[in-house]
Amino acid sequence: MTHTGTGGGAEPREEPARGKRERRPLSWGRALAWAAMAVITLITLFPFYWMLRTALSTNTALAQDPASPLPVDFSLGGFLRVFGLQSTEEALAEGGAGGSLDFWRYLANSVLVATLVTFCQVLFAAMAAYAFARLRWRGRDAVFGFVLGGLMIPAVFTLLPNFVLIKEAGLVDSLPGITMPMVFMTMPFAVFFLRQFFLGISSEVEEAALIDGAGRIRVFFRLILPMSTAPIATLSILTYITAWNEYFWPLMVSYSDSSRVLTVALSIFRAQTPQNGTDWAGLMAATFVAALPMVLLFALLAKRIVNSIGFSGIK
Amino acid sequence: MAVTKPTTAHPPSGSRAPGDTRTALLFIAPAMLGYLVFLVWPTLRGVYLSFTSFDLLSAERWVGLDNYRRLVNDPVFWDSLGATLHYVVVNIGVQTVVALLIAVLMHRLTRSTALRGIVLAPYLVSNVVAGIVWLWILDTQLGVGNEVIELLGFDRIAFFGDASWAIPTIALVNVWRHVGYTALLIFAGLQSIPPTVYEAGRVDGASEWRMFRSITLPLLRPVLSLVLIITVVGSFQVFDTVSVTTDGKPANATNVLQLYIYDLAFDRLQFGYASAISVALMLVLTVITVVQYRLMRAGRSDLG
Repeated sequence: MTHTGTGGGAEPREEPARGKRERRPLSWGRALAWAAMAVITLITLFPFYWMLRTALSTNTALAQDPASPLPVDFSLGGFLRVFGLQSTEEALAEGGAGGSLDFWRYLANSVLVATLVTFCQVLFAAMAAYAFARLRWRGRDAVFGFVLGGLMIPAVFTLLPNFVLIKEAGLVDSLPGITMPMVFMTMPFAVFFLRQFFLGISSEVEEAALIDGAGRIRVFFRLILPMSTAPIATLSILTYITAWNEYFWPLMVSYSDSSRVLTVALSIFRAQTPQNGTDWAGLMAATFVAALPMVLLFALLAKRIVNSIGFSGIK
Repeated sequence: MAVTKPTTAHPPSGSRAPGDTRTALLFIAPAMLGYLVFLVWPTLRGVYLSFTSFDLLSAERWVGLDNYRRLVNDPVFWDSLGATLHYVVVNIGVQTVVALLIAVLMHRLTRSTALRGIVLAPYLVSNVVAGIVWLWILDTQLGVGNEVIELLGFDRIAFFGDASWAIPTIALVNVWRHVGYTALLIFAGLQSIPPTVYEAGRVDGASEWRMFRSITLPLLRPVLSLVLIITVVGSFQVFDTVSVTTDGKPANATNVLQLYIYDLAFDRLQFGYASAISVALMLVLTVITVVQYRLMRAGRSDLG
């Protein structure tokens, strides 16, 4: 292999030596391929732009000029409505529903639910995975097989009976009621995923620490967890995205503002149609607000997220 | 070994078998407890409830196979299954082809992380957001999509309002959200194909298309079949996007199974019958998974 310096991986790798004679016949095909990629990128990104463009317009202007590529009659009214900063009269005048929706609260609920679900799921899964990978105890393989069996159950199947359970526990319409079942919905996968990683850690360091008198618990928190930041970060990110975007389960269990998360709030916002048609500017501002935290998280961690997929999905 | 023996006869670190049991129980306790309470127990209970009549307000009553008899004779159920199948075929068909295209394009063109990030972006937003945004873009009166269609000289299309358009439209909206994720899974599979295979192909003068058919597809089969199993199972469970866009309308054209189950349970309080449909769907999924696995020999690789 030729020496290719550091090259962060952006540009050509098949350049060296080969010469131009072989690349030329491909260039038409490559141009076509790039064109296809451009179209795909456009379709992928356009809805994000359109969300923002619509959110910054007014409903009256949108009705008159639906195709203008830029915001029409630039306004922050949509965002003001979403955060309840407009009076009812103002909101109605601008084509809003005038109903009160407390998006700060839904945002806080979403953050709380997604954070708790992620933290508990990853911690519990890591502990269990450690016991399955590194500890020796009777019945270990049988119990692990039993946990893997959970991979065969579609999460959706457990929602109805879980609702009955949460109702019996008196936790309907509460944040704990939403959170607890979500912690365990994808637990079998999380355990499986982390166990695979723990199996690969060399046992020598661990043995040395044990001989030095450290207990298993100490070894787990001080040694194993710090050595596993990569798979734990991957799992956390994917769990967070999934929890943040969950809709079906919160729709079943939450009825009021106290436990409402963003996805459910959005669908309610969408269902409140004012007399003269949907409040598209407000609705797009709301979807933008709901999407923004994940987009920001993504901007920070893009490389890690992108590289983790495939690593986590299969194998 | 020169380790001082503790008073209690703990065996040395080599065979720690009984010594670990207590620690192990401590470590698996939270996960196992939750697993039993929120996954195993609800699953068993779901199956049990499917043999009962249960309205959530009073105790359930055992009715044997009544719910399943009703299911067989329920035209709404069969229409619902039909709508779901229609959705799955369009969704999986288009998604797999496009994801494969994206993965191969990225693999042959560039290693850019930024591009992979862009392709993945829709996966970050919820199905709810995806549904609402496309509802607006494709709105019959004001949607920019329909403006473009009119500009090109065609009639406006009621994408979500027309019975024959609604299911394909929803299927494509979900392709938009999930195709990047699927593409990255396939892309990871492509990266496991040794580049030497392609170099050999190029030396033999094979065209890109020829290499795709004779190298990429066959070597990708195990990854592709696992991806298919995962996405098909997911596709059958479609709910969110339908719920926020058409909510089963027009008529019952988009009344997919999960929507019907939700409607039965929460609008009509027929938890028993809703559970029976859930069980039926789970059985269908299990059969499909097993058949797919067998047909595609997902476990075996052609590499090596």
